[in-house]
Amino acid sequence: MKRIESVNDFVIKFANVNGTGSASANNLFAKALFRMGLPVSPKNIFPSNIQGLPTWYEVRVNEKGYLGRRGGIDIALSVNPQSMAQDIGEVLPGGYFIYDNTKLLDIRLHRDDISIIGVPLTRICNEQYDDPRQRQLFKNVIYVGALAALLDMDFKVLTGLVEDQFKGKKNLVLPNIHALELGYQYARNNLDCPIGIRVQKSDKVGDKILLDGNTALGLGALYGGATVAAWYPITPSTSVVDAFEKYAKRVRIDPGTGQRNYAIVQAEDELSAIGMAIGASWNGARSFTATSGPGVSLMSEFLGLAYFAEIPTVLFNVQRAGPSTGMPTRTQQADILSCAYASHGDTKQVLLFPSTPRECFDFGALSFDLAERLQTPIILMTDLDLGMNDNMSEPLSWDDERKYDRGKVLTAEQLEAGVEFGRYLDVDGDAICYRTYPGTHPTKGAFFTRGTSRNEYAIYTEKGEEYEANMLRLLRKWDTINEYVPAPIIVDCGMETDTAVLYFGTSEEASREALDHLSAEGVHLNAMRVRAFPFNQEVQEFIERHKQVFVIEQNRDAQLRTLLMAEFEFGPDKLKSVLCFDGTPISARNIRKQIKKHLNSDNVLPLHRDTALLRAGETS
Amino acid sequence: MSYQLPKFRHPELPVNDLGYTRADYEGAISTLCAGCGHDSISGAIVRACHELSIEPHKIAKLSGIGCSSKAPTYFLGNSHGFNSVHGRMPSVVTGAALANRDLLYMGVSGDGDTASIGMGQFTHVARRNLNMVYIVMNNGCYGLTKGQDSATADRGSASKKGDPNIYSAIDLCGTALQMGATFVARSFSGDKEQLVPLIKAAISHRGFALIDIVSPCVTFNNNTKSTKSYEFVREHAEATGTIDFVPMHSEITTEYQPGHAHEVTMHDGSSIRLYKMDESLNPFDRRSAVNVLEEHRYSGNILTGLIYMNLDSRDLHEVLETSQRPLNSLDESDLCPGNKMLLNINASLR
Repeated sequence: MKRIESVNDFVIKFANVNGTGSASANNLFAKALFRMGLPVSPKNIFPSNIQGLPTWYEVRVNEKGYLGRRGGIDIALSVNPQSMAQDIGEVLPGGYFIYDNTKLLDIRLHRDDISIIGVPLTRICNEQYDDPRQRQLFKNVIYVGALAALLDMDFKVLTGLVEDQFKGKKNLVLPNIHALELGYQYARNNLDCPIGIRVQKSDKVGDKILLDGNTALGLGALYGGATVAAWYPITPSTSVVDAFEKYAKRVRIDPGTGQRNYAIVQAEDELSAIGMAIGASWNGARSFTATSGPGVSLMSEFLGLAYFAEIPTVLFNVQRAGPSTGMPTRTQQADILSCAYASHGDTKQVLLFPSTPRECFDFGALSFDLAERLQTPIILMTDLDLGMNDNMSEPLSWDDERKYDRGKVLTAEQLEAGVEFGRYLDVDGDAICYRTYPGTHPTKGAFFTRGTSRNEYAIYTEKGEEYEANMLRLLRKWDTINEYVPAPIIVDCGMETDTAVLYFGTSEEASREALDHLSAEGVHLNAMRVRAFPFNQEVQEFIERHKQVFVIEQNRDAQLRTLLMAEFEFGPDKLKSVLCFDGTPISARNIRKQIKKHLNSDNVLPLHRDTALLRAGETS
Repeated sequence: MSYQLPKFRHPELPVNDLGYTRADYEGAISTLCAGCGHDSISGAIVRACHELSIEPHKIAKLSGIGCSSKAPTYFLGNSHGFNSVHGRMPSVVTGAALANRDLLYMGVSGDGDTASIGMGQFTHVARRNLNMVYIVMNNGCYGLTKGQDSATADRGSASKKGDPNIYSAIDLCGTALQMGATFVARSFSGDKEQLVPLIKAAISHRGFALIDIVSPCVTFNNNTKSTKSYEFVREHAEATGTIDFVPMHSEITTEYQPGHAHEVTMHDGSSIRLYKMDESLNPFDRRSAVNVLEEHRYSGNILTGLIYMNLDSRDLHEVLETSQRPLNSLDESDLCPGNKMLLNINASLR
């Protein structure tokens, strides 16, 4: 057997039972590697359940900084007999299977092509602890200690982390360190340490942070000045409002009076949640709601109202696998179309696609400026992978000079001075009109907000030409919006090529890695990351510049590709799909494989254009 | 569709404390059917707001969809209005009220908008005790779609079409009581003397105030077999008592004694004077209110007037401990913690 040998480059998967406290031990492991200067990308793969079902935690360690899913498991650490057959089966040949050998491995599961390493976790716990809960919790910490020895980790980093984590709680620090040592010493004394895979200190992390996208979004809302949050619990978006509340409690409560500069309401459903957000925005407060696919379906009617009546609205959509309840704890990018054209009638909604926690923070705060400037819903499209997993990210920062852009709002003074006010009157020629907050002026500036058609002065109308003029103005507004939303990021491969890839959101990391590998194989592709809908002019030009563009997305129906074709009228031959929709984050290997398959079947060899042309000439 | 009122007014229209005439509280000319109960309610709202001397622009009127929800166009023309989505007015008001606690929120809805499509939001806004006046213009039918029975239509009641309603009716006052509403009243669009002081009391109440107003639909539900017709309601209405609203700001407190006139001080210092007719009702006791409602349901009569009021209610802002300054008036300096905090957060994430 040829063992997998590597330094600072591997994928490890922990197989646990949910509800047993494994998450914090696994986090401890990932963060310790991060503190050793190693880029890590941990991913929780969890069931829609509270206790008793299999749950996995996959950590990729990669010194080159590739953070997407690689595909394949080098080390499996199994403490869950329920999923053991699957877990051992997933280990790559030459890999390692670490398990609790208090009960010996079922002979039928045995594999000759991997190293099987036993650590008697249950026995150690039973010897050490009397309390059943302690046995369960510390079992997790003990295997982290054993791993530290097997991978040659810096033990001091682990103990340092425990001290930081339980700062000021001495009664927790010592038992945790003791449990780490139990595992560490057992492995040292009884097993061959290190195994073929090991880690050593590095300097590839810089000033980066390890943060989940939902917390970053909650902070973005806080910094963006949100005061009203209305929501209905739904995985995977729940932690957005949790984070907002956590930090609002720290900084938005007046220490003197105890009064809060924010209001959070858990609504009775998503209909109500977005209704509250719209009501607050209409009344001049910055407000948001967070949800996932099923919530978006329920919110669609209100999104149409906000589009048509031009009310600023901020919606964070943390996407999960649909349709219907789908796989509620698995990731997808499958709400693109339902959000882009959310609601009945002719509607177009603004979408933002962050791909890192830093962008969640930046776009999260930006959403409020955009919503008020553009007077329309802003739907920020993140997903479970970005939202609920710790992602390595640029640190967060805020320009203290920054002022909120409150958009076009007439003041009492302006109204008093006799400024002409028509709520839907395009005074500036950018199709964005002036609004007034309720209560501004005793006799001027009041108007009726409605979802029915109305003229420029907000008076109800059923005249076709007035309705049409308003709908056409909304289309012109779409052009204005185009100037405000984040532009795409284009990565030129530096070689002559007529083929490119296009991706967005959480496909970025895996795509970047796949392109590096393809490049090493002589296939050079330009790349563009789309960051918003409406698509910027640059998006169109980029696609036009290339003969063929692979559109990478995490859904079945190639939704972004459909949107590109609908908005730009590109033919289906120009845009080829690279898709992943099994609920796991898309992997670099998957992308590479699909692109190569396309290239081979289409006989398109980007670097060898002359040869391809020659061949085409021969056959004709 | 006409949206301009005739400009002519009596030159000596009475002005209120703010110097406004009643015309300053009126809206566009109604496009509802001639004789529609809703127009009388609009008139009562205009009169109540004028007499209470509330600045028109300090009121926000919000509605859902339906005939009732069109009504806000026809009153308070100097107030911001929001004709939202069917059955979803409560959520929009909740958001609006959270954004600015200093305005008066007047929600206008109908029986379809509240008791059917909006039942969920209605019950939840009641239990949150949002500080608002919630007016239901209740005609037992869907007017805009030509007269289908609504969920408040009594079993056996028949609209113009003639088929008796086969389902049991939802009593919005009873529902509101169950949900924890802190002010519950029922009235009749044809009884302005009762309605105007009730609206004033509802405005002064801090918390969720429901007034379920039977408001006959002259076109589809004003026939002899309907229990929401003018005739039926006039014959079957039994008032809990009469009520006077006293916008005084001196402290008045009186023990409540059945059979006499009582003055009760409201949160804002004004008071209401109750003249009780129904000896069995104590409107400050929820159990009593529930019982009396149930008895009237049993006898087939319509109980009108103030049914329940909780003078000690804590509204949503109090419960959430929100700032006394309206949230929509806060800016960067109040809301944004600045880069320094991010430096600390970043450090904790390494």
